[in-house]
Amino acid sequence: MTDIHPITVRRPLAHLDWLEAEAIHVLREVAGQCANPALLFSGGKDSICLLRLAEKAFRPARFPFPLLHVDTGHNYPEVVAFRDRRAAELGERLVVRSVEDSIREGKVVLARPDEPRNRHQSVTLLDAVAEHGFDACIGGARRDEEKARAKERVFSFRDDLGQWDPKHQRPELWSLYNARIRRGEHIRAFPISNWTELDVWQYLARERLELPSIYFAHRRPVVRRGGALVPVTDLTPPRPGERVEVVSVRFRTVGDITCTAPVESTAATVEEIVAETATATVTERGATRLDDQTSDASMEQRKKEGYF
Amino acid sequence: MSTASTIAAVPASDPAPAPAACREDGLLRFLTCGSVDDGKSTLIGRLLHDTRSILADALHAIERTSRRRGLEAVDLSLLTDGLQAEREQGITIDVAYRYFSTGSRKYIIADAPGHEQYTRNMVTAASTAHLALVLVDARKGVVTQTRRHAVIAHLVGIPHLVFVVNKLDLVGWSEEAFARIEADARDFAARLGIPDVRFVPISALHGDMVVERGASLGWYRGPTLLELLERAPAAHSAPGERFRFPVQWVCRPHTREHHDFRGFAGRVESGAVAVGDAVQVLPSGRTTRVKEIRLGEERLASAGAEQSVMLTLEDEVDVSRGDLLVHPGEGPPPTRTVDALVCWLSERPLSPARRYLVRHTTRETRAQASEIAWRLDLAALERVPADGLAMNDIGRVTLRLAQPLAADRYADARPTGAFVVIDEATNDTVGAGMIQ
Repeated sequence: MTDIHPITVRRPLAHLDWLEAEAIHVLREVAGQCANPALLFSGGKDSICLLRLAEKAFRPARFPFPLLHVDTGHNYPEVVAFRDRRAAELGERLVVRSVEDSIREGKVVLARPDEPRNRHQSVTLLDAVAEHGFDACIGGARRDEEKARAKERVFSFRDDLGQWDPKHQRPELWSLYNARIRRGEHIRAFPISNWTELDVWQYLARERLELPSIYFAHRRPVVRRGGALVPVTDLTPPRPGERVEVVSVRFRTVGDITCTAPVESTAATVEEIVAETATATVTERGATRLDDQTSDASMEQRKKEGYF
Repeated sequence: MSTASTIAAVPASDPAPAPAACREDGLLRFLTCGSVDDGKSTLIGRLLHDTRSILADALHAIERTSRRRGLEAVDLSLLTDGLQAEREQGITIDVAYRYFSTGSRKYIIADAPGHEQYTRNMVTAASTAHLALVLVDARKGVVTQTRRHAVIAHLVGIPHLVFVVNKLDLVGWSEEAFARIEADARDFAARLGIPDVRFVPISALHGDMVVERGASLGWYRGPTLLELLERAPAAHSAPGERFRFPVQWVCRPHTREHHDFRGFAGRVESGAVAVGDAVQVLPSGRTTRVKEIRLGEERLASAGAEQSVMLTLEDEVDVSRGDLLVHPGEGPPPTRTVDALVCWLSERPLSPARRYLVRHTTRETRAQASEIAWRLDLAALERVPADGLAMNDIGRVTLRLAQPLAADRYADARPTGAFVVIDEATNDTVGAGMIQ
């Protein structure tokens, strides 16, 4: 047996080149179709990729959008410092809106003071969208992360309450994206929808992109709780009876301290992380997100409420 | 759920193979289609499972769900089970995308649900696919649904079709059953004019000829399904295709350093372009030459299909979003009338009385259907007269356009021969068109 179609002999783009080209195309469609977009930048690895892709899409001009971070107030300081430095290096405008402010203003009411704030980010995000009149938010979500994401569009429509309606998504064909909205509605655009966690790490390695230090192996006090490692911090003290160990760990995602768990690792470089990721036996969210384990549908529920 | 759609799982601790030093062989997007009981979900589960693409926690989650539903074995079809909204109704409502990699090649599966709104979903999934797997139940052979799937895949321009004859275990691994189905389908595909058709006998339940050859189909000498996927061309553009570059965005930095810089950002949708090439801007018709091809910090000598780049031009010609760059004299003549095969996606039917928006590459124009010649009866596979198109209909429509479009025939170039129809009242995407 030979090749399926012997006429076609041109060498294909390597998969990272193809994914990069698709993501750049999506970013430029946002710039071409939307009047006032923003790019969600948290200092996490997926949004670090987005920034490099935006450089490739728009340089030598400045980005046709500001960077927006919804700060939970539960971030690792290394990540916040990285966020500010990266935005400054790029010379791009960074808008930070804080869940703390939403709490102070009474828009977010906590059941307990130390509860995870991932869910509450939606409130602050939607307020920021309204305040700035953003008609699109570019995010680093990927379809391989979670099953509610597997069916999400690259250009995902949100109604005037910021809600996602999985049953009434706009059909998305070829690479013809429809960003048309009415006032008050907005679009979430996901340029790296088709990337997997491994693709992200391979791209970070190829592009030699800098990451916050907590992505690499470091020794950290943790306790073992329900199959996950829980970092010991002011927000997440050990419970009575739990034994604190110092373990070599790294984070696969960086988010709210109270619900982001590290994994045991000795990987000190991106290349070593690529090697570990290629043989990982647990999905990124499964290993590291304590809040997604609550129910099969928790991401879907959050997304309907306006989550990223 | 019957046990026929469940397959045993390997232990979760089984490590995935390291992708280390494999040959990089690009990315292939393919579509899976089949009727509800053809075992499509099981096949996808099998492909993901046997390429070690299912990770431990995902496997544990479906193990828990399988137990809760009282199943004896792990139902790998649950991997493709999506939203709460779908589980509540026991149906699949939308196209889902799945990913796996063999180390040498990355795959994106567009999984089109088999029943509900199936034409609409299949057309959507097929629009980005370059190969289709059409599942056939070995017990039932080529049925109406099989023909529909093949027809739609063909209409949407998928060049490679693989008929996957499943459930060989339920027909005693019979070579004759497979040969009969192959003869039927080959005859049918030839009449449709599908250029490249392959056949593979499998058992998704037991795994034979999916990733592993297995022990029960010794009479079959051809490639396994995965081998077929690995050998299918990933390049989406054949040599000889014409250069098409729809301009997405114009880069004007207005800085001291780049005071007069004007870059034209877009993706090469087909063909190739090199520095120094003469190019023509459509619809204006002005010509100039390519000065630079930029990709971030890099300067390229040439760019081929599917590369996103930024071009700078020798002369100051007027170029904006929506324009198309081509090699001079090779562009499609801009036209204000297009004949198209249109698949209708909306519950509100296509009405010749209404105006719509047509989005073609990076350009939009108002349009009205001046004639609906026929629609395809997908059961009888016949053209029947029509005065409108309802959801899931595919028909031949003539559109009058407010602005001229430089449009290719879809058969010549999918990206520049395709358009979507948008209803301005709802902003919804309501139709998908392929220019004839």
